[in-house]
Amino acid sequence: MTAHPTGAAGFLHRFEGLRRRLPGARLPYVEALRAQAAEAFRSQGFPTRRVEAWKYTDLRPVADAGFDEALSAVDSTPDLPTAYGAARAVFVDGRFRTDLSTLDGLACRVEGLAAALPGLDGRLGQLARVEAQPMVALNTMLFEDGLVVTVPAGVAAGVLDLVSLGTASERPEAFHPRHLIRLEPGASLTIVETATGPDEARYLHNPVYEIEVSEGATLTHARIQQEAARAFQLSTVYARVAAGGTYDNFTLNAGGRLVRNEIHTVLAGPKAACHMNGAQLLRDGQHADTTTVLDHAAPDCASRQTYKTVLSGKSRGVFQGKIHVHQVAQRTDGYQMNQALLLSPEAEIDSKPQLEIYADDVKCSHGATVGEIDAEQLFYLRARGIPEERARAMLVEAFLREAIEGVQDETARAALDAAVTGWWSRQEAAA
Amino acid sequence: MPRRSETAAPDKGMVMLKIEGLTAEVEGKQILKGIDLEVPAGEIHAIMGPNGSGKSTLSYVLSGREGYEITGGAVTFNGVDLLAMEPEERAAAGLFLAFQYPVELPGVGNALFLRTALNAVRKARGEPELDAMQFLKVARERLKALHISEDMLKRGVNVGFSGGEKKRNEVLQMALLAPKLAILDETDSGLDIDALKIVSEGVNALRAPGFSALVITHYQRLLDYIVPDKVHVLMGGRIVQTGGPELAKQLEESGYASVQAAA
Ligand SMILES: Nc1ncnc2c1ncn2[C@@H]1O[C@H](COP(=O)(O)OP(=O)(O)OP(=O)(O)O)[C@@H](O)[C@H]1O
Ligand SMILES: [Mg+2]
Repeated sequence: MTAHPTGAAGFLHRFEGLRRRLPGARLPYVEALRAQAAEAFRSQGFPTRRVEAWKYTDLRPVADAGFDEALSAVDSTPDLPTAYGAARAVFVDGRFRTDLSTLDGLACRVEGLAAALPGLDGRLGQLARVEAQPMVALNTMLFEDGLVVTVPAGVAAGVLDLVSLGTASERPEAFHPRHLIRLEPGASLTIVETATGPDEARYLHNPVYEIEVSEGATLTHARIQQEAARAFQLSTVYARVAAGGTYDNFTLNAGGRLVRNEIHTVLAGPKAACHMNGAQLLRDGQHADTTTVLDHAAPDCASRQTYKTVLSGKSRGVFQGKIHVHQVAQRTDGYQMNQALLLSPEAEIDSKPQLEIYADDVKCSHGATVGEIDAEQLFYLRARGIPEERARAMLVEAFLREAIEGVQDETARAALDAAVTGWWSRQEAAA
Repeated sequence: MPRRSETAAPDKGMVMLKIEGLTAEVEGKQILKGIDLEVPAGEIHAIMGPNGSGKSTLSYVLSGREGYEITGGAVTFNGVDLLAMEPEERAAAGLFLAFQYPVELPGVGNALFLRTALNAVRKARGEPELDAMQFLKVARERLKALHISEDMLKRGVNVGFSGGEKKRNEVLQMALLAPKLAILDETDSGLDIDALKIVSEGVNALRAPGFSALVITHYQRLLDYIVPDKVHVLMGGRIVQTGGPELAKQLEESGYASVQAAA
């Protein structure tokens, strides 16, 4: 076997080798998107910490790992995580597996992206910005599959599970699924997403989402990131919310070694709303970054962001939250809160809120706190007979609860609750 | 000396709590300057004393709060070395402190809190744990007896509770955990007259040969409802006087100046 080129060159090398065989190779629009993305990735490379948006997250561990494209056997039958909805779409190493998926019982169209490509001209790549986000360029260059969901106008489609499984292999693999989700006017859908992999697996999961929420539609998007301990996940979500629509994103970062959850939401029509909430639960050696960019681009929109990070051992958390209130966006109601709970003196949190306000009639607040477990509260619980470890777990869960309670959809909230409850005891057991 | 007390109820007359020459510092400042106190099983003792005399400090030291350096003396609880135990072990052994300032726990539901505490103590006593339904049944009885609305179970622990509600919540916890020794640190402060009666009934209901209490208060009024076997005066980090219920009445009339003169 020849030496594997690493870094951006490694990916570009593989793109050259694979480009004729990648899905959509014969579709001119796909070919053009990939070529443009390759150019963008070639000129930017992996972002370094000199790039403002990547100031706190160093991608060298990702760049330095030599990745293969995923070559997992399509007949592997990995264990599936708990189901939350009646329908579920399963991806293994980034490939849509119809044989493992159950899609009847869902009142909307769900397809694999590779198969749907001929009909996606004009939709694919509409929101993603390869020239600004190198990881999105990488995704566009090399995506092999993804989920395409279309909920017709007025339809309440119910709950769809989106499962992503990474598998163990000799060399680390990279997969770059591209998911397109569209809710037509007045439609609603809940997606509960679980991304995970077996302990020994090493992979890069680099998904990109393009989400369109039309007038009066509501999408709940609960993302439970429990990737394998040595895996990387770098995800980018683009959401565009039309008048009266709601996008409700909750991202739980609990797994992986180096993780970034980047969300770009545009409130594009009057009275659009978004909730971007999340929690990061980090143990020794983990790095997790939540970066949100929110554009208030229409009047009378509301946004709520509550992010909570719990850090133990030598872990590092990052929160960057930018709110851009455009001049037309009068009567914007924006709220952003970012709180960290440090359980160890070696843990570190970086937090960078950024408000840019160009409208004059605006209510926008933000805040950030960093604290430790409150000694008084801990003593109160112990004085009632509750053992110290259990008492600490109760206080950690209480800290996270506020963020989870912001999730309106019950199924999504229950899924998140289950993922959070017991995190402490699992991490204690692992320590 | 055994580390943990066995669960057999002590006989009336046996010493439940024995404090000998206890001295303790907070941040290098000596607060307890040699406390000697014995509470026999089945008795209720009141502790009175001016602000800042060390009453709460004593109750925290007895329940194991961090931040106090014990520089001398010994404390036994039913013959066991109390000071060597963790706070949760003390609670499991039957010690209960009703806090002067109950702590708010945002995000921790009161029902979950109470059930976790009760089950932790039950487990330590070798009793079966209660499931949510069994717990609710027990809790409802206690709530009713203390005239507390069931809503309180659904709220965050002490979050947004009025001063009086917090104190009632302390007494609810005491009623559920059924301690052997209850230390009530100004549980009467902030209670209206009706609540004072209800809380007192809650304490009196626990009166038994195997139950003792240390009632810290500034007001003789409480002692009309919970009649103590003894009244101690704590001043300047020491017990300076001990008497019967009449001592509280005397203090109410003439204040602590007379004690100082006598001490
Ligand atoms: N953490 C602390 N740091 C410094 N001094 C303290 C600390 N805790 C208590 N003290 C001091 O110890 C003394 C005794 O306080 P304590 O709370 O025990 O008094 P108390 O008798 O309960 O008073 P009150 O009747 O007002 O409740 C006071 O002078 C107080 O300021
Ligand atoms: Mg006090």
